[in-house]
Amino acid sequence: MKCDANCDWGEDASIFFSYIENSKVIKVNLCKYCANEKGVDDPTGYSLIDLMQGMGEETSSGKKDKKKGELTCQECGFTQSDFKKTGRFGCANCYEVFNEGLESLLEAMHKNTEHTGKVPSFVHDTSSVDSLSEIADFEKPAEFAFDELKLVDAGDELVEGDTGISALRDKLDIAISEEDYEEAARLRDEIAKLESEKAEEG
Amino acid sequence: MRFSTLLKNPAEWMRTSGPRNDIVITSRVRLARNLRGHPFPGWAEQGARKDVMNIVRPVLEELGEMKNAFSEEMTDLSAIEKQVLVERHLVSREHAAKGPGCATVMNRNQTISIMVNEEDHLRMQSIRPGLQLLSAFKSLNTIDTDLDKDLNYAFDSRYGYLTACPTNLGTGMRASAMLHLPGLVLSEKINETIQGANRIGLAVRGLYGEGTEAMANLFQISNQTTLGTSEEDVIVHLGKVIDSVIENEQNARLKMLEERATMMQDQIGRAYAILKYAHIIPSKEALNCLSMIRLGCDLGFFAEDDRETINILLTEIQPAHLQISAKRKLTPEERDSLRAEIVSSKLKGLTPPDFGSIITDSNNNDEV
Repeated sequence: MKCDANCDWGEDASIFFSYIENSKVIKVNLCKYCANEKGVDDPTGYSLIDLMQGMGEETSSGKKDKKKGELTCQECGFTQSDFKKTGRFGCANCYEVFNEGLESLLEAMHKNTEHTGKVPSFVHDTSSVDSLSEIADFEKPAEFAFDELKLVDAGDELVEGDTGISALRDKLDIAISEEDYEEAARLRDEIAKLESEKAEEG
Repeated sequence: MRFSTLLKNPAEWMRTSGPRNDIVITSRVRLARNLRGHPFPGWAEQGARKDVMNIVRPVLEELGEMKNAFSEEMTDLSAIEKQVLVERHLVSREHAAKGPGCATVMNRNQTISIMVNEEDHLRMQSIRPGLQLLSAFKSLNTIDTDLDKDLNYAFDSRYGYLTACPTNLGTGMRASAMLHLPGLVLSEKINETIQGANRIGLAVRGLYGEGTEAMANLFQISNQTTLGTSEEDVIVHLGKVIDSVIENEQNARLKMLEERATMMQDQIGRAYAILKYAHIIPSKEALNCLSMIRLGCDLGFFAEDDRETINILLTEIQPAHLQISAKRKLTPEERDSLRAEIVSSKLKGLTPPDFGSIITDSNNNDEV
């Protein structure tokens, strides 16, 4: 059966679905590439249906029927249920408003819940800092010293004065090169744990 | 720079080569940035999106790197023009579907492209041929530092650069390499490789995103997490993993040459015949055949110079590029026959594969 999306993958349709529009059942047959492209196999998004019905921006209705008493960002009007729906935030301020519960979400997503890495220039200019009270504790050098780090051959130079973690990283590299991925995963978790402990102490 | 100029010139990564280019097609790094005090693009009304675009676009165009840049609002591009940008990996599929208030700014040699109001206010990308993650990052980092002087970035000391989706929080950086892995695919080792990479926190995707069967044996490998690991650590780690994937791929190729030489010759010979003599060829078949010819170049069965032609063809046979070259909209059937025409004419000078270097011994028992 041909794919309905007028594509030229030359692949038979293998994903079939139906939806109801104006009490008429509409059947769509897609090949796996088109299905993937249009997000049909993505349980969170019915973008194809939106697309075909020409609904466009699905969020516009969400803005109107805001439930009373729900946690809402004062700057942009974004609510908790908007986040549940989209998995995205409305603006930078939302991160403060919806901070509760965020930590566990980030733990599941990332290696750590605290930023390590580049910092914009205004962070060093204390006069312009207001909400960032923890700046004093920020241990990054004033300039992002990326060029000075000899990156190509030096995993351990990156971790100064922390032999525990750096030794683990060496082991991790060896495990990766030997394709011992189970060991690598275990080491990765251990490193993450040590790093977060270190961050808490610091 | 006009769209027609951009179109006439293949992107720099398509015509030049880089380190480990036999296996690593491109290295890409992208950074996500947002402005404080403006709603993220997905939540913003059209007016607010336009406000951001009007703040950001002049600053981008002023960058030294962006002299004579290509800078267009997405609504000013036709559907096919946008698709061309997607096929060249210069904008995302999502961005191509965007309306008013969304723009794309990119430099002349198409190594840096910046999407305005994609999922974040700024999505900047640097793309290089071969394995050059570090230099791709450095060039992008310089631009980011320049922009930081004029734009009020949304940043939090704990969470780093604030992004619309919490999965990009922290560095906002995604580093990725596009790898050509026919050896691992043919020897059925590819799933092991993918699962191994997943287990150490890296994502592996096909050419057209997650879940797709890999086309042309191309795979993208990238970091998954952005919070709690510095840019340099991510790049070093990813680089090391890629090194070991390269090694595995090379071993797989050698092993197959030793143990299954006839099968290799058959695959490459068939691909040659199809590309040279087919009159109707769908995307998938063309891409997979081109992959085999590329492998043939790597193994010395074709001339080294032919690899560049293959690289350019990989992009130019895609639907939007075909329709631009035909200067009209084409039905899928028309595309398949135009594709065959273009491929066979571009490969006119490609001489038949020279398998002389393979020592076929009598113990060569193929199991196919």
